[in-house]
Amino acid sequence: MRHAMLAATLAASVAIPATLANATDLEVTHWWTSGGEAAAVAELAKAFDATGHKWIDGAIAGGGNTARPVMISRITGGDPMGATQFNHGRQTEELIEAGLMRDLTDIAEAEGWKDIVRPSSLLDSCTVDGRIYCAPINIHSWEWLWLSNKAFEDAGVEVPTNWDEFVAAAPKLEEAGKIPLAMGGQPWQSGGAFRVMLSSLAGPDVYKKVYGDKDTDAAAGPEIARVFEAADNARKMSAGSNVQDWNQATNLVITGQAGGQIMGDWAQGEFQVAGQTAGEDYTCLPGLGVNAVMSTGGDAFYFPVLQDEEQKKAQGELAALLLKPETQLAFNLKKGSVPVRGDVDLEAANDCMKKGLDILAEGRTIPSGEQLMSQDSLNQINDLVVEFFNTPSMTAEDAHKRFVDIVASAD
Amino acid sequence: MSTRSDDRPPFRPFRNLNAKIASVPMILTTMVVFVGGTFWTVLYSFTKSGLLPRLEFVGLAQYERLWGTNRWLIAIENLFIFGICMLVFSMVIGFVLAALLDQKIRFENTFRSIILFPYALSFIVTGLVWQWILNPQFGVQGVVRNLGWTSFTFDPLYNADIVIYGILIAALWQGTGLVMCLMLAGLRGIDEDIWKAARVDGIPAWKTYVFIVIPMMRPVFVTAIVLIASGIVRVYDLVVAQTSGGPGIASEVPAKYVYDMMFSSQNLGQGFAASTMMLLSVAIVIIPWAYLEFGRRRRHG
Amino acid sequence: MANVASINTTAAAFDAVADRVEGPAGPRPRRVLSRRNILLYGTLILVSAYYLLPLYVMIVTSLKGMPEIRIGNVFAPPLEITFEPWVKAWATACTGLNCDGLSRGFWNSVRITVPSVLLSILIASVNGYALANWRFRGSEMFFTILIVGAFIPYQVMIYPIVILLREMGIYGTLTGLVIVHTIFGMPILTLLFRNYFTSVPEELFKAARVDGAGFWGIYFKIMMPMSLPIFVVAIIIQVTGIWNDFLFGVVYTRPESYPMTVQLNNIVNSVQGVKEYNVNMAATLLTGLVPLIVYFLSGKLFVRGIAAGAVKG
Repeated sequence: MRHAMLAATLAASVAIPATLANATDLEVTHWWTSGGEAAAVAELAKAFDATGHKWIDGAIAGGGNTARPVMISRITGGDPMGATQFNHGRQTEELIEAGLMRDLTDIAEAEGWKDIVRPSSLLDSCTVDGRIYCAPINIHSWEWLWLSNKAFEDAGVEVPTNWDEFVAAAPKLEEAGKIPLAMGGQPWQSGGAFRVMLSSLAGPDVYKKVYGDKDTDAAAGPEIARVFEAADNARKMSAGSNVQDWNQATNLVITGQAGGQIMGDWAQGEFQVAGQTAGEDYTCLPGLGVNAVMSTGGDAFYFPVLQDEEQKKAQGELAALLLKPETQLAFNLKKGSVPVRGDVDLEAANDCMKKGLDILAEGRTIPSGEQLMSQDSLNQINDLVVEFFNTPSMTAEDAHKRFVDIVASAD
Repeated sequence: MSTRSDDRPPFRPFRNLNAKIASVPMILTTMVVFVGGTFWTVLYSFTKSGLLPRLEFVGLAQYERLWGTNRWLIAIENLFIFGICMLVFSMVIGFVLAALLDQKIRFENTFRSIILFPYALSFIVTGLVWQWILNPQFGVQGVVRNLGWTSFTFDPLYNADIVIYGILIAALWQGTGLVMCLMLAGLRGIDEDIWKAARVDGIPAWKTYVFIVIPMMRPVFVTAIVLIASGIVRVYDLVVAQTSGGPGIASEVPAKYVYDMMFSSQNLGQGFAASTMMLLSVAIVIIPWAYLEFGRRRRHG
Repeated sequence: MANVASINTTAAAFDAVADRVEGPAGPRPRRVLSRRNILLYGTLILVSAYYLLPLYVMIVTSLKGMPEIRIGNVFAPPLEITFEPWVKAWATACTGLNCDGLSRGFWNSVRITVPSVLLSILIASVNGYALANWRFRGSEMFFTILIVGAFIPYQVMIYPIVILLREMGIYGTLTGLVIVHTIFGMPILTLLFRNYFTSVPEELFKAARVDGAGFWGIYFKIMMPMSLPIFVVAIIIQVTGIWNDFLFGVVYTRPESYPMTVQLNNIVNSVQGVKEYNVNMAATLLTGLVPLIVYFLSGKLFVRGIAAGAVKG
């Protein structure tokens, strides 16, 4: 026993070949199954295997909605995995309260997470009652407007620099046979785009009041009414996009069939795969070119409570490993997301990523929707927005009224 | 329980002992899983369970929210339209196809396999293929337009008013084969002598089917209806694969609402309330019918 | 589409049957091009075309390369046939870090399907037999509950079943999964068998009882051999349902015994990045092969006149 621990510690510090350490299998579940995502996970597995343990991959495709029931069943059924991906934020509060998740505070303190994790709100969303329960691994932000330079060239207008110019250019784009705004049909996409409009056009303070404090006065106010007017514009501009998946919508922008798309930074990966260059082929406007603030959602790993001492030890090592600079760099370059520590240098970053890094460095961040509101309430907003986008007869005022109702009952 | 009506089997615990022993798995399943599980579901529908079930009662709040949600109302309406069309069409088509295959034809095995094979394919890809075929750009509409009929419009999946029929087309493709098979098994169970007798009496074949064979196949029809109806109530994957409930929320169905509430919104209470409503409406229809259908004593006591 | 097909087929059926009745009772004269045959086979071929069209789309798509698929037209035959999607679907498609395609879960699926199908059909057919021929007090009540149970959305039962299996100590085991499949197959199958056995002539049953046969004797010697077509239907329903099941397989077992639908799900469900439609189609066809083979082999058991023969014999 002691020998095993010693070996494991040694392995962790100097990466002795696996054969020397007493290897422990640790099953890790996640829903990262697309090409880039799987490559990013492979980096984690490689780093973990180098410590002498063995990463048993438990990937479940189909996104969180498919994977979550599996993970929760396993945890509550008394057969938990060693570690599992979850969006951090409010999703796991109940599992933590039920005492099913391991407290990582000692590891976080030993590793000094408080000092290295940036922005600090990331660690806050892992914290329940002063204890830390998850290891944040990356930052994804939603607040981007991606524009096709070719589409605007074809239409004979300048590439816009903010939302209003974009709306003004829409008729020209339509004349040129383009869809001004590409929008996939799934509720989370229109719901997310709406949230971006809200935080960018109404400003971060109003955003925090509405989503964070669930302030109905703010939600009923004139700023939000203007956001719904903007959403009305977006509805008209996106009327022609007959696509479901977000990447199909991004593809419309890449091929110049559509003027732009409001989508998170993961869309960048699609432009890269298509061989496009930021600034030349496409333009990105953080915060719709109005309020350049970024939300800091992302992914995190949680560690269910286990009985086996060996496995507990391996869990601890994995948690510490996830935030090491090398792991952060390797993982995030593949994933296309931003590292959670400020001291990792992303030389490979392109124009758009650099814009994002600058905004982060200046601290112009807002908490993500998932950190402020329960998924239940967010989904209600998503349903409302997607209905609004697909029902031309629904007025902005009606939608606004129902939005206020949802905020009033939100938690 | 002490009132003993004459048409009921008397309570004699050791009579039919073998039958009772053989029914133990069924009794356990019904009482523990279905009754127990339903009770559990109904109980938790009055709580504010989120990610995990917990007993924190909120009265009827979940139900109030449910019936105030536009998406749920649309889902119910869709299920109604889809359900009626699916039942009628799958029964009629299934029976007619079975009757055709029952004509002592050649290649029966081949034809039967062709009609049945869609049933073997997963819903996810069935949905995807039909999504393509119904896609206005490169599916049926595109092909017809290329042939010169440029005003031809057939885009059920992108039109909120008729999207549910687009799903129906795929569902029928997938499900009628099984109904056909079931009907065929029923037809094969009918004594050849009945056909001979009908022929001797000079009764036209269609009359034999409608007035003699179909009434004799009543149990098979009941099975097929329950099979199809339970599939309708639970329809989920096909909608997800074809439209994800879109455009907007125009093709939402109740089972999807339940699933999304439980695992996407992590609001178990709301999901349980929705499934309680589903079960309640099913029970209101099924229980009286089941008593009429199965409750009568027909044979050996 | 379905409308037109049904009208056509109805007309043809009536026509076809009308001919059969008018003709002599002996073996029919073999005129290949009779009106009846043209209508009958014509209708069947038209119907088959409708059923085969999506299959055609799937097969041609699975044989195309991605660039060709992007061009559009789903009905166009492949310009350049490639079997790569099939190889990829079977052997190299990745689920997370495990890149061995559908082959990984194939034997797991077999190990899950065979006992689940056998057990569920055995139990349900005995249930149906008891309900049809050996009713006891309360049996109809249990049956009614069972039928209502058929309408419960599976998803609702996930957590109660987790608790149940955990308390029984079989959560995460193959036994647990087999039991789950047996439970959820029970309503429909029991109904299927009960209703079929009800239509078996009562005289047979009575005669057997006079001969002194008991519960099991009658079941194995009379009911089972007489009901082969319905057993085939039950096998079709169960093999398809269990083979294609994803939810229970992934929720109630551990990763080392995940069925191949987990890989299928992964292949077709990767939302991000480029969707490889050709691999999706190949993977689906590969997964569907096992039920398809069962359907085709079942043909022999669908023979006519078993009931009639038994009556006379």
